[in-house]
Amino acid sequence: MRRLPLLVPVLWLGLLVAVPLLVVLVLSVSWPAEGVPPFNLPGVAGLNGDSFALVLGDPYYRAAFLKALVVAGATAGLCLLLAFPMALGLVRAAAAWRAPLLLLVLLPFWTGFLPRLGAWIGLLRDEGWINHLLQAWGFIETPLPLLYSWPALFLGMVHAYLPFAVLPLYASLSRLDPVLEEAAADLGAGGFTVFRTITLPLAAPGAAAAFLLVFIPAAGEYVIPELLGPPSAQVVGRVLWQEFFQNRDWPTAAALAVLLLLALLIPIHLFQRLEARS
Amino acid sequence: MSRPLLSLRGLSRRFGETVALDRLDLDVPPGEFLALLGGSGSGKSTLLRVIAGFEAPDAGQVLFEGRDLAGVPPHARPLNMMFQSYALFPHLTVAGNVAYGLRREGVARAERHRRVAEALAMVGLEEFGRRLPHRLSGGQRQRVALARVLVKRPRLLLLDEPLGALDAGLRERTGFELRALQRETGAAFIMVTHDQSEALALADRVAVLEQGRLVQLGPPRAVYERPATRFVASFLGGANVLEGRPDGAGGLDCPLLGGTLRPAETLPEGCTACALRPERIALRSGASGPNTASGTIEEVAFRGDDSLLLVRMPGGAVLRVGHAEEDGAPPPRGSTVQLSWEAAAVVPLLG
Repeated sequence: MRRLPLLVPVLWLGLLVAVPLLVVLVLSVSWPAEGVPPFNLPGVAGLNGDSFALVLGDPYYRAAFLKALVVAGATAGLCLLLAFPMALGLVRAAAAWRAPLLLLVLLPFWTGFLPRLGAWIGLLRDEGWINHLLQAWGFIETPLPLLYSWPALFLGMVHAYLPFAVLPLYASLSRLDPVLEEAAADLGAGGFTVFRTITLPLAAPGAAAAFLLVFIPAAGEYVIPELLGPPSAQVVGRVLWQEFFQNRDWPTAAALAVLLLLALLIPIHLFQRLEARS
Repeated sequence: MSRPLLSLRGLSRRFGETVALDRLDLDVPPGEFLALLGGSGSGKSTLLRVIAGFEAPDAGQVLFEGRDLAGVPPHARPLNMMFQSYALFPHLTVAGNVAYGLRREGVARAERHRRVAEALAMVGLEEFGRRLPHRLSGGQRQRVALARVLVKRPRLLLLDEPLGALDAGLRERTGFELRALQRETGAAFIMVTHDQSEALALADRVAVLEQGRLVQLGPPRAVYERPATRFVASFLGGANVLEGRPDGAGGLDCPLLGGTLRPAETLPEGCTACALRPERIALRSGASGPNTASGTIEEVAFRGDDSLLLVRMPGGAVLRVGHAEEDGAPPPRGSTVQLSWEAAAVVPLLG
């Protein structure tokens, strides 16, 4: 009976994490084949290392990894830049305002992910509201190509991931004793110096956590680059999807997934070390 | 008194309905150790924060050597503050904490190192420069906080309950060290405390605050022996405060006491209460007349160097009476005792 509470998380992790992971691992060393499903298990023919060799050797896939990491890094950086003043504002706000403001930060989580992207498409496309207004006011003759561009991609990414950055920063800034900033001022530090020498260094672990919390899921993002980004935004998530659904090359798709997971183990490990320290 | 270093003129500060400071005037000469004594909500911490510039007064002025500090932000004020929680920067080493204020002044590296070492030596922490604050004991943190402000050589230092977070054993020793550092540096210290014995032991002058008003200011002995108001009398040393009516012959008739209090000087006009310190009351059988009374001992509390007796008087008052050890064992509970005191022990209260 006493082991029962442990059973639930073990079952959960087993069924929803370990088993799928195992399936992906087996897939990545399987042999591609015509038919349903489009692969042969690595049984009599032995393990197939071709998929990993292809993914690691072909510049197309390496570029996809690089693009994903750059997009994730830039998204995390942009989120951090926006989230820092937001979190600072939340912490400094009057107590009565804090809960409603925090709610506003979390509000995007409550609306569906796809409707939000749909809204962006509606705003940004050639016949969308923004182009429509600009034309009506006579600023432009022909519609601007706003959608399917890098700015549109980052707009969507930052919009989706910003709350992940605000929350850890808010948590770390609200733990900061305001007396420390007063003490710094008393010792002769002006407003910006207090921020640079006290607030910023003490919020650094929170900022790092915020960066990683955005970076990790953003690196595997597929939907936003697909729906808002330019055709050149061939990030690894998008390539993986194409391999799986369009090329029906499940082993290559699985190899991409395994390598992405391996690449993300480093930031995940860093994140856990940060959490353990605070 | 020489020209004051700090002058407070009619300072007032309210927080909504609460009056934290109420038209407060105070002069502090250079090199003085002043204790601001008061209970919680007396406004003593607000006063410190107004002087340091963290709160703006609603009315009144803070003058430093005659210069009005209104609108001068905390970082530009010519004074420093030691915070009750010490407020050490957790990400900086002890030496980094102490150097912080010097860096802000732009003191050159070599000079900075020398002064940090000097400040750490002054508080006996020369070996601890590389430690982080969380690896120090409470007493050591207090010293780092002290070194961090003293290294700036302020002419006025504000201290918010500097001994409050220390163990009782460490408190006395640190108090003496604080006094010695104050003498050594020649800085004026304004120390906020709620502990009367701390204030009496360390300060040149004690300022007693009640509900944002300065109710008494003077040397510790004078404030202790001649409390001005009911509040000061009961706050400092737990004097008996006895209410009554002037008897027309220079005394105060106290129905609650069942006797008459007659001070050495004539009772001031409109005075309706007197203070009587427990240790000034003696047990003396056969005493009668003014400045005597008799009652029944209700409680006896042994306190080491003396005992405190609670004596129920016929009028209903309960008198605190000190009984020195050298006078032998106090009478047991329930016994009837005759009390007497000198006229000089009766202090008329005005307010």
